[in-house]
Amino acid sequence: MLGTILLAIALLCLSAFVAALLTRFDRASLAIGTTGSVIACLTGAIGALIALVRQEQSAFRGTWSLPLGEPHVAMDALSAFFLLCVFLVSGLAAVYASGYLPAYLGRRRLGPAVALFNLLVAAMAGLVVARDGILFLISWEVMSFASFFLVTFENEREDVRRAGMTYLVASQFGVAFLFILFVLLGRSSGTYDFDRFAAAGGLANTCFLLAVVGFGSKAGFWPLHIWLPEAHPAAPSHVSAVMSGVMIKLGIYGLLRTLTFLGPPAVWWSTVVLLLGAISGLTGIVHALAQRDLKRRLAYSSVENIGLIALGIGLGLLGQSHGNALVSFFGYSGALLHVLNHGLMKGLLFHGAGSVIHGTGTRSIESLGGLYRRMPTTALSFLVGCVAICGLPPLNGFVGEWLIYVGAFRGAASLPTAGAVLALVAIPVLALIGGLAAACFVGTFGTVFLGEPRTEVVPRAHESGLAMRSTMGIGSLLCVAIGFWPAGALRLVVPAVALVGQIPALASDASSPLLAMSRLAFVLTLVIAVLALLRSALLRGRAVTQGVTWGCGYAAPSPRMQYTASSFAQPLLAPFAPILHVRVEEDGPSGYFPRGARYDEHISDVAGERFLIPGTRRVVRALSRLRVIQQGRVQLYVVYIVATLVALLVWQLMGAGK
Amino acid sequence: MATDLILHVALLLVMPPLVLGVIQKTKAWFAGRSGPPLLQAYFDLWKLLRKGAVYSGTTTWLFRAGPIVSLATALCAGLVMPLAGASSPLGFSGDVILFVYLLGLGRFFTMAAALDTGSSFEGMGASREAAFSAFAEPALLLCLAILCIPARSVSLSEALATLSSVPPGFSHPAYLAAALGLFAVLLAENSRIPVDDPNTHLELTMIHEVMVLDHGGPDLAVVLYGSAVKLFVVGALLVHVVVPPPPEGDLEGVGLLLGGQLGLAIAVGCVESMMARLRLPRVPQFLVGASVLAGIGLAALLYRGAP
Repeated sequence: MLGTILLAIALLCLSAFVAALLTRFDRASLAIGTTGSVIACLTGAIGALIALVRQEQSAFRGTWSLPLGEPHVAMDALSAFFLLCVFLVSGLAAVYASGYLPAYLGRRRLGPAVALFNLLVAAMAGLVVARDGILFLISWEVMSFASFFLVTFENEREDVRRAGMTYLVASQFGVAFLFILFVLLGRSSGTYDFDRFAAAGGLANTCFLLAVVGFGSKAGFWPLHIWLPEAHPAAPSHVSAVMSGVMIKLGIYGLLRTLTFLGPPAVWWSTVVLLLGAISGLTGIVHALAQRDLKRRLAYSSVENIGLIALGIGLGLLGQSHGNALVSFFGYSGALLHVLNHGLMKGLLFHGAGSVIHGTGTRSIESLGGLYRRMPTTALSFLVGCVAICGLPPLNGFVGEWLIYVGAFRGAASLPTAGAVLALVAIPVLALIGGLAAACFVGTFGTVFLGEPRTEVVPRAHESGLAMRSTMGIGSLLCVAIGFWPAGALRLVVPAVALVGQIPALASDASSPLLAMSRLAFVLTLVIAVLALLRSALLRGRAVTQGVTWGCGYAAPSPRMQYTASSFAQPLLAPFAPILHVRVEEDGPSGYFPRGARYDEHISDVAGERFLIPGTRRVVRALSRLRVIQQGRVQLYVVYIVATLVALLVWQLMGAGK
Repeated sequence: MATDLILHVALLLVMPPLVLGVIQKTKAWFAGRSGPPLLQAYFDLWKLLRKGAVYSGTTTWLFRAGPIVSLATALCAGLVMPLAGASSPLGFSGDVILFVYLLGLGRFFTMAAALDTGSSFEGMGASREAAFSAFAEPALLLCLAILCIPARSVSLSEALATLSSVPPGFSHPAYLAAALGLFAVLLAENSRIPVDDPNTHLELTMIHEVMVLDHGGPDLAVVLYGSAVKLFVVGALLVHVVVPPPPEGDLEGVGLLLGGQLGLAIAVGCVESMMARLRLPRVPQFLVGASVLAGIGLAALLYRGAP
């Protein structure tokens, strides 16, 4: 099946190349790019699925050599699982883009966006099958740069350019750690081939920390997440869907792949990952609640979900380091299943958000309202995404969270006290994240789609075209399918878990409850259907009239009096004020007959405002002393060159003398 | 097996409104009134079910779905909760988490239905409900962890079966913490004093009641019945912690459950009569307090050993 994947990658590269050549013909390049990526993603997804189900492993080693490495690619269960996520989410996004991008016709060239999108997907797939350090890093950088250019698609806007720079700096900061990681691993094993990578003891600890920072900055672990809320809103929505849905998960892939090199984990590793997961999850969702920009909300919610995945990996490591296969199995399988689930639902939500932006022209949650009537398909699929991302049954988000919860409960019951305490910490954190996520997404959905329109943009809104609606429909169906058939979804994950951790002797421990869970999902649907039928039977033949919403006797209600997303979030944000950087500009009403009043609230990220920006400033100040060597005179630079050459010559001669 | 199922479903469907009646009677007794009849909640439901309906022009199908989903989730939560005896019809290993999240799903749709009306009062109620339930959920799950750890299981039935094998009463401080924590969560989840006042008449001060202001007729009946079922199901959990159920579901189990629910309803009535409602900013502290209590219980369990 590896051949199929390589074929898909080749097709993606080819269509990217042709689309780039046809830059002057927007529609042609869009058509070719979309066709290429849809066919490639379909073949790739089917290939990965077959490989997963048949548990195939295949490898390919090129006979020619790259500098420092060789083209070694392979597909095992872990790769196949991530390939499935990559191709599924990207394929849907490609279809969506064919309906979304034409809105830019006449304003921007579409060719580069199409070509770079295909290149991004190809790089992500290449990264997952790469089995050589150099090939891996090349794919990683192609992925980073392709996504950078996609983020800066609307580069005439100043905020977009700034977001792009933030993203570029963050991704290059992360990759610096990856270079060190691979050099260390390569030196100790004498090759960059993944098959021979191994580390133990102190080196393993160093590699673990390097991987957490390097891959964590791509995944969006706190405090390295600050690029996410900048880059995701700036990018076109289908790109946000791919970046948030799968690209950041490749950080998780990298971390898991590195863990396979490092041998049995030390006990403290799980503490690090669990704490990072808890902090990322909580700060992510609290910040999501504080946002008023629809896409920023979704971006912060990705930080939260990465936190959930990290909690799962942390529990997996915890079980592994204590030799408890059951805890480790539930942790890892929950984390991996959540990777797929979050890809599907976050893709769905970003597509919904894109559809709202497409239809209304605004990203501000507070100016919307009552969109359900104008965009019913978008609204319904957004609702599915919201219920799923809150981790509520019977949709897919619940299944992943359930596995992580069970891991935590089992860990609390069966590990020695120190481990049990760590597992116990995960339980209230997961519960609090769940409650906050429900508040965040019911608030978002309610403000955007329900109630009365808050501004004039809503009455002019229009539903999206067929391509965009069908993508959202398929995304919703996949979320529902995994929710109603979790045992099937678990089967996709188990072989990948076997590579990272251990599979307990009683693997059926997870699948029989999951069957019971599907039974309950059907019972719930049945009960709802029966109740709905009873209600309509009761109301048949009775007076059902339409009125206005009860305004408590107030005769002139206006849509502006509705609760907004900010007022909805206020009682939840108040207790979390210490972790939010809130700046209030207030000009309150005064006097007996107040005229105007103004209240402005800016909430920014503590991680950025308190740590990263001051830290970066300090580094820049320290480095600015080096500016004396940069004078701007060519003659001086020639002197530098000559001095360097002479120094090298002397060094070489002295070395040769020995 | 079949009789057990019929008994379970019958208890779940028939008994909940009676609990409301007992609470009302207790409050009336405290106030020196004779109060409404014990079966008043059934009469109210019957009256509402025979009415027509008025819907706001702002609303969509979500407004009509809110009460239905809320009732359906409460009923499904009741199907995984052991009622008479220590087993439940649809229980499985891991149903503890499903139980909590089913209630969450019902809440999600209640809040969505409230926001669907476009009324600022209902938005306010939904916002407060979201905030308080976010703080109640950790407490609930920590209390459930106290029950699950000694059983080494994540199933409600097995956790409660383990309880019934230890001597009755609070054999371990952790169970006392769990019972107190669950009582606090029960009051918050079911909109009771000191978190919310079900009898208040001012929209600005309401939480749950204000969310359902626009519901009328059969929809309101479903809302009332759904909240009664939720109170009954969460109450059953607390009752079982205090009075562990017998392993087999029989008349003794039914008697213990109903006796326990009666005692719980009287306790809720007493709290409502003797306490004032907390100021809104205090409510999160109350619920975090419940979490801390459960945390202390867990510490006792881990460091002192399971009973």
